[in-house]
Amino acid sequence: MKLTVGPNQFFWKADAWAAFYDGVAKAPVDHVSLGEMVCSKRMPFYQDRIADALAVLQAAGKTVALSSLALVTLKRERKMTAELAEMGVEIEVNDLTALAHLPAGTPFSVGPLVNVYNESTLRWLAGRGAVRLCLPPELPLDPIATLAATARELGVEIEVWGYGRVPLAISGRCYHARLHARPKDNCQFACEDDPDGLSIATREGQPFLAMNGVQTLADSYACMALQADALAQAGVTTLRLSPHTGDFGQVCLLFRDLLDGRIAGAEVAAALTAQTPRPRLSDGFVRGARGADWSGAVVA
Amino acid sequence: MEIVCPAGTPASLRAAVKAGAHTIYCGFADETNARNFPGLNFDRAEMRDGIAFAHRHGAKVLIAINTFPRAGAEAIWHSAISDAATLEADAVILADLGLLDHAAQKHPGLRRHLSVQAAAANADMINFYAATFGVKRVVLPRVLSVPEIAAINAETKVETEVFVFGGLCVMAEGRCSLSSYATGKSPNMYGVCSPPSHVDYREEAGELKARLGGYLIHSAAKGEPAPYPTLCKGCFTAGDQSGYLFEDPVSLNAEQLIPQLQKAGVTALKIEGRQRSASYVAQVVQNFRAAVDALAAGRPMPAGLLARLSEGQASTTGAYKKTWR
Amino acid sequence: MQPAPLAIRTAPPLLAIALRPLPLPLLSAALTALTRSVAARHPSLFRRLGPYSTARFVLDPTDLPFVICLLPDAAKPQVALHRRAQQGDTKIAGPLAALLGLVHGAFDGDALFFSRDLVIEGNTEAALALRNAIDDAELDIGAELQALSGPFAGVMGQAISVAQARTGLCLTRPDQGEWI
Repeated sequence: MKLTVGPNQFFWKADAWAAFYDGVAKAPVDHVSLGEMVCSKRMPFYQDRIADALAVLQAAGKTVALSSLALVTLKRERKMTAELAEMGVEIEVNDLTALAHLPAGTPFSVGPLVNVYNESTLRWLAGRGAVRLCLPPELPLDPIATLAATARELGVEIEVWGYGRVPLAISGRCYHARLHARPKDNCQFACEDDPDGLSIATREGQPFLAMNGVQTLADSYACMALQADALAQAGVTTLRLSPHTGDFGQVCLLFRDLLDGRIAGAEVAAALTAQTPRPRLSDGFVRGARGADWSGAVVA
Repeated sequence: MEIVCPAGTPASLRAAVKAGAHTIYCGFADETNARNFPGLNFDRAEMRDGIAFAHRHGAKVLIAINTFPRAGAEAIWHSAISDAATLEADAVILADLGLLDHAAQKHPGLRRHLSVQAAAANADMINFYAATFGVKRVVLPRVLSVPEIAAINAETKVETEVFVFGGLCVMAEGRCSLSSYATGKSPNMYGVCSPPSHVDYREEAGELKARLGGYLIHSAAKGEPAPYPTLCKGCFTAGDQSGYLFEDPVSLNAEQLIPQLQKAGVTALKIEGRQRSASYVAQVVQNFRAAVDALAAGRPMPAGLLARLSEGQASTTGAYKKTWR
Repeated sequence: MQPAPLAIRTAPPLLAIALRPLPLPLLSAALTALTRSVAARHPSLFRRLGPYSTARFVLDPTDLPFVICLLPDAAKPQVALHRRAQQGDTKIAGPLAALLGLVHGAFDGDALFFSRDLVIEGNTEAALALRNAIDDAELDIGAELQALSGPFAGVMGQAISVAQARTGLCLTRPDQGEWI
């Protein structure tokens, strides 16, 4: 199996952002999708660094794609999306608005936020030019296997969300701004203090979700360390690793070693949970259980 | 303007028609529609009778087939579409790309509406759906302000339908897995959000605690309203703050915005609530029908009477006013 | 704006007192007969219950001195009254007026639940299935009683009108005229 690094979901300072991709260039991954998926207001802070990052990654032998925004409502966002389609780089479509601007037949990737639940949708997208497709993170193994079989027939690469906080929802409302009692238009970038998202717990203190501006994520980091064999057997070609702070180079190495059979899934999970910040892991979605469940949990 | 009303049961359908609904939307009793609750929805014979009843009284029936077909089980959704055509539904409401393509190819004569579950939030995307799948109407996601809706209508020939009353999705519709994260049941695939099968109400220390999939969504002291534990309207903690981080337990009421929505070029006003009772549907429909009739006749809008039917007994105009964001 | 609260009346204390000495087995038998008659006249009600047609529902009119246990089971529904709390798959509790108003479509179940006039315990899905099935059946307990009374339907009708006027409870479905 191959490894993809998905677009960073969080708001990072431009220098940290650029340094992250310098690191990814050296990591054992095959494909990198980058750019802004969550909030168009963040773009001006690092958009002049994107060209350099693309060049560094391509020089390191990675294939690259630019991510489209997940929810496009404003005129400015529509313009951004249209311009993206004209840049001559492969686009990762995370909202069909981007597709509206791509001439039919142009090869593109499909991100995890596009609803691909069945063979007909997969065929239709492949017919439009989709060459790589990351499935929605909530899909269980059976539909994944069915879709992977269709994808193989169509020559489309199938990715599954392999590691990182799971994107669960996108909204018109900014929860970070709401939390700080600011209007969205004057959010003062309340999300920049939470480079991995802000954890949300129940009133009983049970960790549950995480907020990231207009996006809601799981508190837990999805981790396919214990499911890699099953996913490979199901015909999945690629695991997607989602950027986080901490030693992301180690994350990439661990998964590469796992896929090459050099270490076991349990060791990968142990190493990941020893990272700072310490993630809580989950893999329930793939197993058809609650998304929050983790198969590596010790049964008391 | 056209009033589009929910019907979870044949009784609700008849009640809505009697109360003056122009159009009813409903679904088959399976996972093909996004209100797949126990005891709700229509079998094929009930749908045939319901459509006949509505047509006799000059109302239309739209069938919502607006979940995303499961891989390996698409035939269930395909038969829902062909039955909708056979039963002479006035349109089907669809969200899935593959299903839209199937309907456009196999049943070109069956009118297609784009479900809110497709979350088509700008004119480029709406025009793309129209050009590709012949979609005639779009139900707009509840993330847009009235000026944004006006801007969309200025750029598209596709009719727009907007929600004016009832439950309010805080997230872009059809793009939310909060419920499956907590319960394992995906709204997109099974058509039920915050499913009652995973709800647990319990009296603890004088409070009524409502949990979903084991997560405490909210607790109500004696005498306080007890809203259904819908995930995005729960009370949570982030950092040093606790509260309704996503949305208060309110429901949408845009009754007073109807004149502005009309000016914005909206064709149809949609009422949420296929899980509500026939009496609720009748009351809401009467109010909205009176409002649009008053508007058409140039009379002032009647004052709102709907608050007590609302969830948690408080209401919001949602994203229609930009400050909501 | 503070919305008006739902006006749910509690049953007059006299009704509770009047019901106290009644032999429960007799009332149970009468209610079972009524339910079987309803089942015969409204088969779709039991179909709508789906997997919950074999569940045990406990209905608790909180202003009366007993609870009602309902086993829908389409072929042979059973109703039993008990003085004390009963175990069931699900319990729906509230003033008799709220329960009757729900049956007759005078109130909306969700609204009653939000305002906590109704309280559900146990299997929420089963309770919702029952509520939805009953809502669709458009029951009229008055008409059902008349149907059961055969030649005495007229007398029963008058008795129901009197009872309705005396207790203020909603014992019949408001007339909506004939719509075909």
